[in-house]
Amino acid sequence: MTIFTEDQARSIVSKVITLSKADECTATLTGSITGNARFALNNLTTAGIVENTSLEVEVAFGKKLGTATVNAFDDAALERTVRRAEELAHLAPENPEYLPVDKQTYVVTETFSSPTAAITPDYRAQVAADSIAACKAAKLTAAGFLEDAQGFEAFANSRGASGFQRSTVLDYSCTARTADGHGSGWVARNLQDSTSFNAGAEVRTAMRKAAASTDTKALEPGKYTVILEPAAVAGMLGPMINLFDARQADEGRSFLSKKGGGTKIGDQVFSPEVTLFSDPAYPNAAVLPWDDDYLPRSHLSLVENGKVMNLAYSPYWAQKMGKAAAARPGNLIMQGGDKSTADMVRDTERGILVTRLWYIRMVDPQTVLLTGLTRDGTFYIENGELKYPIKNFRFNESPVIMLNNVEELGRPVRLVSEGGGGGRRGGFFNGGSPLGQGVTVAPALKVRDFTFSSLSDAI
Amino acid sequence: MGGDLNLRRREFLAACGLTAGGMLLPGFTGQVVDAEDLRTTMDVALKKRLANVALNAATKAGASYCDVRVGRYLRQFIITRETHVENVINTESIGAGVRVIADGAWGFAATNDLSEDNIARVARQAVAIAKANSHNQTAPVQLAPVKSAGEVSWRTPIKKNAFDVPIKDKAEMLLQVNAAALGAGATFVNSTLFAINEQKYFASTDGSYIDQDVFRLWAPMNVTVVDKAAGKFRQRQGLSAPVGMGFEYLDGLPSDKITLPSGTVVYGKSYDMKEDAIVAAKQARAKLTAPSFKPGKYDLVLDPTNLYLTIHESVGHATELDRVIGYEADFAGTSFATLDKLNNHFKYGSEHVNLVADKVQPGSLGAVAYDDEGVKTKRWDIVRDGILVDLQAIRDQAHILGKTESDGCCYADSWSSVQFQRMANISLEPGKAKMTAADMIADVENGVYIVGDGSYSIDQQRYNGQFGGQLFFEIKNGKITQQVEDVAYQIRTPEFWNSCVGVCDESDYRLGGTFFDGKGQPPQISSVSHGSSTARFNGANIINTARSLG
Repeated sequence: MTIFTEDQARSIVSKVITLSKADECTATLTGSITGNARFALNNLTTAGIVENTSLEVEVAFGKKLGTATVNAFDDAALERTVRRAEELAHLAPENPEYLPVDKQTYVVTETFSSPTAAITPDYRAQVAADSIAACKAAKLTAAGFLEDAQGFEAFANSRGASGFQRSTVLDYSCTARTADGHGSGWVARNLQDSTSFNAGAEVRTAMRKAAASTDTKALEPGKYTVILEPAAVAGMLGPMINLFDARQADEGRSFLSKKGGGTKIGDQVFSPEVTLFSDPAYPNAAVLPWDDDYLPRSHLSLVENGKVMNLAYSPYWAQKMGKAAAARPGNLIMQGGDKSTADMVRDTERGILVTRLWYIRMVDPQTVLLTGLTRDGTFYIENGELKYPIKNFRFNESPVIMLNNVEELGRPVRLVSEGGGGGRRGGFFNGGSPLGQGVTVAPALKVRDFTFSSLSDAI
Repeated sequence: MGGDLNLRRREFLAACGLTAGGMLLPGFTGQVVDAEDLRTTMDVALKKRLANVALNAATKAGASYCDVRVGRYLRQFIITRETHVENVINTESIGAGVRVIADGAWGFAATNDLSEDNIARVARQAVAIAKANSHNQTAPVQLAPVKSAGEVSWRTPIKKNAFDVPIKDKAEMLLQVNAAALGAGATFVNSTLFAINEQKYFASTDGSYIDQDVFRLWAPMNVTVVDKAAGKFRQRQGLSAPVGMGFEYLDGLPSDKITLPSGTVVYGKSYDMKEDAIVAAKQARAKLTAPSFKPGKYDLVLDPTNLYLTIHESVGHATELDRVIGYEADFAGTSFATLDKLNNHFKYGSEHVNLVADKVQPGSLGAVAYDDEGVKTKRWDIVRDGILVDLQAIRDQAHILGKTESDGCCYADSWSSVQFQRMANISLEPGKAKMTAADMIADVENGVYIVGDGSYSIDQQRYNGQFGGQLFFEIKNGKITQQVEDVAYQIRTPEFWNSCVGVCDESDYRLGGTFFDGKGQPPQISSVSHGSSTARFNGANIINTARSLG
C-alpha cells in the first residue's frame, strides 16, 4: 500500500515514538505515487509509474543522532528500525547543531486535489497524444513531459509535535520545433489541481512561439530593456533566494552581509516595487505547513517595498544569535500587478521579450552574478509590437541589479521553484510536493539595462 | 523521485559549500543502513534465479527481448565543516528493473519487492506497457545485435574499499583537513567524502549473465576566507577529481603530484587533501586582494582541472546521439553536431584536437566491463585530427549511424530507472611532441592561465559556453606575472576547438570528472571522467565578472 489514510499513518508514527528509548525520537512516514509520460519526435517514448512508501526514524541521545528507514510497517519491522536508529546514534559523532522541536500548532493549507490524485495512465497518454496531434497538424515536432504525483507525509515526535498532510502536483512542459529546426517554442504549466489543465490548449503557446521564431535577426549584445516572462523571472530569483540565509549573511559570505559585520536586514536593497514573501497557505500555491525540521510555517516577509525584512534562521543559528527561529519557507511569492504580458509588450517602445532562461549558473556569489541564455522564443519589441524573432543571447546579470531596475510588473503565475527538486527534503524552498519541488509565484517583469554579453547560435 | 529521500539535500549542499555552484543534484534515493551493511554483496546465485524468473515470465508474455537488472546501490556521505562532523549517512537501494520489447515497442517496470512472484508480475507488467506503447509507435525498435557474454563478473580494480575504512578514521581525516585549512588562514572550510558502490547484475534473453561491482569516490572541499571590514569573501575549492578508485586515491603519494608553473600543486591518481587545504586557504586569501582582470582577447592556457568541464559540455553532450536526433529537445536540448555534419567530415577542431570516447580507462568514473544493456565496453574516436568522425550510440540507435553494434554507453542510475544513452568518458589525447605546461606558457605573449573548475553554462545546442575557474594567472611575454580575479572565458564550440594550437604531452595528462551529470525526464545522474593535458587556445574572449551592487 502506497497511500495510507490519516488514521493508519498517524497510528504508525505514534507507535514508533512509544517504541523508542532514546532522549528524542521523530518518525516520518511518507508515501507517493508518481506517474509520467515522455514524448519526443512526435512519439510517446516512455511512460511509467513509481510507487514508494518509507518510514524514517530519527533518534537522539543528547546530540548524537541516528537515522534508519524501512518500507515494511508490521510491529516487528517498526521495532527493528527503532533499535537500528538507536544503535547508529550511539556510534555517531555529536552534532553540536542539533536542536529538538517542541509541540507545535500548524496552520491548515490546501495542498491536495482529488482530480490530480485520480490521474490514470490513459490520461497521461492522452496529454502526450493531444500535444503531438496539435504539433503534427501544424508541421511541428513535439517533445515534452508530463509528471503527476500524489503523496502524503505523517510525522510525530516524542515532544508531542505531529502532523498529517496529503498533496498533489501536475507538471507539464512541451517544446515545439519547426521541421527545419529554425524555430523553437516552449510552454510549461505547474498545477496543484489538474481540473483546469488542457494540454491541447497549452501547447498552442509553444507552437505559436516556434512558428514565430524562425528567421531570426541578430542584435548586438549590450544592455536592453527586457520583458522577462514569469519562467525567466523565477529562474533569476531562485539562486538569489537561496542566499536569504541568516547564518551565511552573519558569517560575511553573502550579498546580504554588511560591510564591517552584521546583515542587511532593514536595508533598502531593491527597488520599492519589489515585495517578496512566503506564505504556506497562499491560494493555488499552498505548501506543507511545516519545514524539514517541523517548525511551523507562517507568512514570512522577505522583502517589502525593496527593504530586506527577514532572513531564514535555523533553530541552531537563531539560538546562537538570540533570534526567533523561523521555519524554512516552502514557497516564494513575488507580488505583481494586473497586466498580462501582451499588455506589457503593448506599452513598450523598444525592448526584448524573453520566454525562458536556460542553464543559469552562479558566476560570483559575492554579487550573485548569474549567467545563462535565452531560449525557445526571444523577440524584439518595437512600438508595442513583437517586431521580429532574434537570435538567443547569453546574459551576465545579477538578480540584485535586475531588481533595482524594475519598471513594471505583470500578473503573477505559479511555477516550479528553480534550484529545488531532489525529493521530500529538497531545495531551499521545499513545499513538500510529492515531486519534491517548491513553488514560486512570479510575475512577468519589465526591467531596464539587462546585460546580454554574447550571441548564441542555438535554437 | 521517490519519497524515501534520506539526504537533507539543502543541508548537504550547504555543508559541502556547493550551493553557490548551483550544481545539479537530483535526489539520492535509498534506505539508510548500518555502515557494516555497505561491505556486503548479494549472492550471485540468487540474482541469477531472480533474473531467470523475469526473463521467462516476459518471454512467456510475448516479449521478443528482455533484460533484467538486479541492483544494489550503496552510498556513504561524511559531511564536515570546520571542527565538527555535520552528518554521516549510509544508504542502500535494492530492486530490479525489467525492460522488454513486445510488438516492436519498449516497456519498463521496476520493483523493490524481490519475491519471485512479484518479479514475474513486474515482467508481465513491462510487457503490457510495451504492448500499450506499440499502438502509438511509428517504427519498431531496431536493436543492434550483441553476443552473449555468458556468465562473467567484473570489479573496479580498487586497492582499498572505502567502506572497509572505519567511519571514525574517515571523519578524523576530514577534520584534520579542516584544521589544516583553518591553520593556514581559512575562515570557513567544508570537506566531504562520498563513497559509492553499485552492485549491478545484468541478464538478458541474449544469454548474458553479468555481475559487476563498481566503485567510485569523491572528496570535495571548499575553503572560504572573509574580510568583514571590506565586506568581501572569496572561495577556493579543492583540486581533486572524483574517481573510479578506492580509498587509495587519498594516499597523497608524492609521485602523483605535479607542481604547476604558477606554483600550485595538482594531483594525478593520488590526492593529498591536507596539503591542498593549506594551499587553498592561502590562495583564497590571495584572491581577496588579487587585481581584477581586464577583459579582451587573450591566449588561454587551460589546466586539465579546468579543461575537463569544457570538454564535458562542448564535446561530451554535443555528441550524444539521442540529443542529436531530438529525444532530449524538451529539457537538455539538441546539438549543433548534426548527422549532416558527421557525414560531411565537420572540422570540429584544429589538427591538434583528438577526442576519444572511452568506457574502459582504469581509474575513470565511466569504466565498466559491460554497459547497462550487456554490451562489452570499448574505446572509440569521436574527433580525429580535428574531424568529427563519430557519435555515441546505444543498441537501439546504432542503426541510425549505419553501425552494426552499440558503442556500449548505456546507463541507468538505479534499478528503478530505465537505462538510456549516457556520455562515455570523453577525453582529449595528449600531444605527441614533448611539452610541459611551463614550455607552453613560455611561448605565450599575452594570456591567462586557468586552474580548477568554476561556473559553467552552455546553450541547448552546445554552441555558446561560458566557463570560470578557481585560479587565474596573468601571462606576459612567456611568464606568469600575477594571480588575477574576475575571469571567465566565452566560447563558440567549433571556433574554440579550432583555436587549439597545442596540447602538452602525456606526462601532464590527468582526469577530471563530474559525479552529478544530469540528463533525462525525470532526471537521472551519471558520473563521467574527462582526461587531458594542459592545452592552449588562441584569441579567446575573456570577460570580467566583477560587479558593484552599489
